[in-house]
Amino acid sequence: MSSIGTGYDLSVTTFSPDGRVFQIEYAAKAVDNSGTVIGIKCKDGIVMGVEKLIASKMMLPGSNRRIHSIHRHSGMAVAGLAADGRQIVARAKSEATNYESVYGEPIPVKELAERVASYVHLCTLYWWLRPFGCGVIIGGYDRDGPQLYMVEPSGVSYRYFGAAIGKGRQAAKTEIEKLKLSEMTCRQGIIEVAKIIYGVHDEAKDKAFELEMSWVCDESNRQHQKVPDELLEEAKAAAKAALEEMDAD
Amino acid sequence: MEIDADAPHSMGTTIIGVTYNGGVVLGADSRTSTGVYVANRASDKITQLTDNVYVCRSGSAADSQIVSDYVRYFLHQHTIQLGQPATVKVAANLVRLLAYNNKNMLQTGLIVGGWDKYEGGKIYGIPLGGTIIEQPFAIGGSGSSYLYGFFDQAWKEGMTKDEAEQLVVKAVSLAIARDGASGGVVRTVIINSEGVTRNFYPGDKLPLWYEELEPQFSLLDIPSSPGPEPMNI
Repeated sequence: MSSIGTGYDLSVTTFSPDGRVFQIEYAAKAVDNSGTVIGIKCKDGIVMGVEKLIASKMMLPGSNRRIHSIHRHSGMAVAGLAADGRQIVARAKSEATNYESVYGEPIPVKELAERVASYVHLCTLYWWLRPFGCGVIIGGYDRDGPQLYMVEPSGVSYRYFGAAIGKGRQAAKTEIEKLKLSEMTCRQGIIEVAKIIYGVHDEAKDKAFELEMSWVCDESNRQHQKVPDELLEEAKAAAKAALEEMDAD
Repeated sequence: MEIDADAPHSMGTTIIGVTYNGGVVLGADSRTSTGVYVANRASDKITQLTDNVYVCRSGSAADSQIVSDYVRYFLHQHTIQLGQPATVKVAANLVRLLAYNNKNMLQTGLIVGGWDKYEGGKIYGIPLGGTIIEQPFAIGGSGSSYLYGFFDQAWKEGMTKDEAEQLVVKAVSLAIARDGASGGVVRTVIINSEGVTRNFYPGDKLPLWYEELEPQFSLLDIPSSPGPEPMNI
């Protein structure tokens, strides 16, 4: 699947003879090497989960957040280069507050996704900027209901029922497709997301990981927030039990 | 009396916006005055911002027109970007930002009214100074002083479309009777899920109030009037 650019890959402003921009594809590889990030749209809201790979035992649990709130009603989970992700989050927050101060209503999730995608795309147009090395999943609940968007380093943004990026995305996507999302509530969704993340985590290659989850749904009063601790523990326990069941087979 | 024809045109005005069960009714008189001279006796003070949102203008004619033009332009772009009609709230907010940020230079009171699929019929009053207030009904302009008591008594929640329009027409005609800076015809605009309907009530269709005279035919309406013969000089 991967091929070397040989000469056409030195700048993001160069096309290859077969019409590819290699720098953008290389940026996507940075995302593919990061911990898995998934998001699902349940019938009453969105659940997002991150497999946060722990680099050192000295790190405080709960630090290095990968899921950020952009506004009261929306959040963003980041995969790839963390510093690049911080920049995108800052921009998204700024777009959201700017929209609200001009139009007097919370930014529609579709509009937020489009603005973030536009910003990410901007950085693929000039030779003196490099593309962002991160992909983001945006989940929000506005007056048109819950919506899930994913933005890739190339600047494309699509709306999804379920999305996955990072190392375990292929396996995660397969698992998500098995779920009946339109009948699931977020409470059930939390358990499923935890199970998937625990399932795709590769014990051999990566050491420890921390599960970070957030939701925005009717139960959370349409506010984007961390999944409450008891629910998180419940989900983790269910995920671990499911894993042992699989191992026992 | 000396008439300065170049004086700033103001719309003394009576403007009204009323919500009903299913939409809104906007109403206004049609007099634009320059001092005591009536510069336009048939003006249209109810201006379109989008397919589903209209604004009633009062105060300085120029100021209210320029604000409407800017907001129409911004809303047009916003609609394209959003991919669906703008909401009344967003339209009102854009009007309010212009009114507030330019409060030292503008002298215009506006009533924004319309219908959208999320909130239904809504009225927002934006008086001088640039406050924005969502109300079940709003009145504005010099003629509105005479209507506060009337609405306190006559307004009720959940009216039908026809009840609401009759209330608006009656109110504007009462204000026209008492306010010298309001006059002419009564225009109404009804906005609901089905669309927009414009109505027109000329002077002779309006009820007469205490001490008011029957409308006289004017030489300006020669074709339809059995008035005096033109003079032969």
